[in-house]
Amino acid sequence: MAVLVLAEHSNSALNDVTAKTVAAAQAFGGDVDVLVAGHHAKAAADAAAKLAGVRKVLHVEGEAFSHALAEAVEALVVPMMANYDAFFAPATTTGKNVSPRIAAKLDVMQVSEITKVIDKDTFERPIYAGNAIMTVKSSDPKKVVTVRGTAFQPVASSGSASVETVAAPAGPYLAAFVSEQVQKSDRPELASAKRVVSGGRALASADQFNQYILPLADKLGAGVGASRAAVDAGYAPNDFQVGQTGKVVAPELYVAIGISGAIQHLAGMKDSKIIVAINKDEEAPIFQIADYGLVGDLFKIVPELTSKL
Amino acid sequence: MKVLVPVKRVIDPNVRPRVKADGSGVDLANIKMAMNPFCEISVEEAVRLKEKGVVTEIVIVSIGPAQAQETIRIGLAMGGDRGILVQTDAAVEPLAVAKILAKIVEAEQPQLVITGKQAIDDDSNQTGQMLAALLGWPQGTFASGVTKDGDKLSVTREVDGGLQTVSLNLPAVVTTDLRLNEPRFASLPNIMKAKKKPIDMKTPADYGVDVAPRLTIVKVAEPKKREAGEKVADVDALIAKLKSVGAI
Repeated sequence: MAVLVLAEHSNSALNDVTAKTVAAAQAFGGDVDVLVAGHHAKAAADAAAKLAGVRKVLHVEGEAFSHALAEAVEALVVPMMANYDAFFAPATTTGKNVSPRIAAKLDVMQVSEITKVIDKDTFERPIYAGNAIMTVKSSDPKKVVTVRGTAFQPVASSGSASVETVAAPAGPYLAAFVSEQVQKSDRPELASAKRVVSGGRALASADQFNQYILPLADKLGAGVGASRAAVDAGYAPNDFQVGQTGKVVAPELYVAIGISGAIQHLAGMKDSKIIVAINKDEEAPIFQIADYGLVGDLFKIVPELTSKL
Repeated sequence: MKVLVPVKRVIDPNVRPRVKADGSGVDLANIKMAMNPFCEISVEEAVRLKEKGVVTEIVIVSIGPAQAQETIRIGLAMGGDRGILVQTDAAVEPLAVAKILAKIVEAEQPQLVITGKQAIDDDSNQTGQMLAALLGWPQGTFASGVTKDGDKLSVTREVDGGLQTVSLNLPAVVTTDLRLNEPRFASLPNIMKAKKKPIDMKTPADYGVDVAPRLTIVKVAEPKKREAGEKVADVDALIAKLKSVGAI
């Protein structure tokens, strides 16, 4: 049995979620190969080769892969699947974009965002925004699976797999990359940060969000998140959003500031190890899942906390 | 150009779903149902493109029980021109939905299909991508901006690191994200008018698609409950607690 894992990377570096997806693939069983499709992505391929337990890395170079266009990745992966029993991709926007195309071409019903591998046919996954956990058994001969990274511990970087170069399909494709606007930040990336400070609608403006949330995050060395309400109101950019339709995080420490705790937000952070909630409404649902709650005015509490840490 | 908008009837997003005691699924008996919120955004985008003169006809499609006609009527009241209901009481998985939609696309020849990025019941996030693959079309998923640019479609996508813009050859599939637009409420006169708009009644068999599920539900369970912790009196107490558990 063999599994092909799609690596998430920025060409120059391998994203941490790849090591978690490899862990899920190893729980599934069989030989695990990692596909690094990119443009000038040798560094990412070399990093993937270090992941413990990986049999080999398949490295594909092509301009169409610089931004992981779904049409190009589908054309690359579908023929490769003749040699594999399963395709595992991280449930990132890249993995979610690409995997269903591959599943449809293989005539396989994908199992999305698994949080547990039970056996080679059976998986657990959250449904209804995490309000229920479904165990499903797939009858398809091949599996196509996306993996929720926060549910798996990353494999170590202690391996030394070989890197094999694979030719890119010829193209052209019906879609082309035009541009991207990526938030540049020295802060840890939200999805993999060990600590996260998130702000909600109570911040009341983008200026106050920046003035109160960012210094605390920097003091803690934390990534910055936001509730959907704060993002919709324009206080924080959309890629800060934590929740069912945003990012799912599970840091060691999650500090929720001025966030009431709508179901959709809780679905994105309830697996955090320690949750701190600061909110002036003592009835706010966030306190029902917080380890430590502090009721009061965030505009007084947050600066005090920042200065005393 | 003609646009096809598939819509799904799901539990109302404001209702908290309850797991059935026997673990067979989520209890939907006597629960308020609504159009999937991402599907509403899709209909709204199609209507806006029609108002801009880019789109000439909007066909609303649903695959589901007889009551899904009501969901189609909402889309028609928002500005859709006609509907197609592919009626089945079975739970149809995204792969089978995509296969039915591919057949409808063959028959209707739209230049664009706009779907929601996911349904809020099974959270699969697959149908649009699967449809695009089956048709051999390009896709712009998780869209926060859609503009027609000559014979191409420019789609701005919400990706993990920020925003990405892709250019798609038409025909294409777009899947919508939350910030693409704010769906309108249908006015009473438009709701009345929508009652006269035609809905074609079909079945999966009309399209020759086998909708037998590939995934068997073994069980559905409540998520692990997280216990409420304690309230602390002030910032100093909070810092002391966090230090005591090694969180800072």
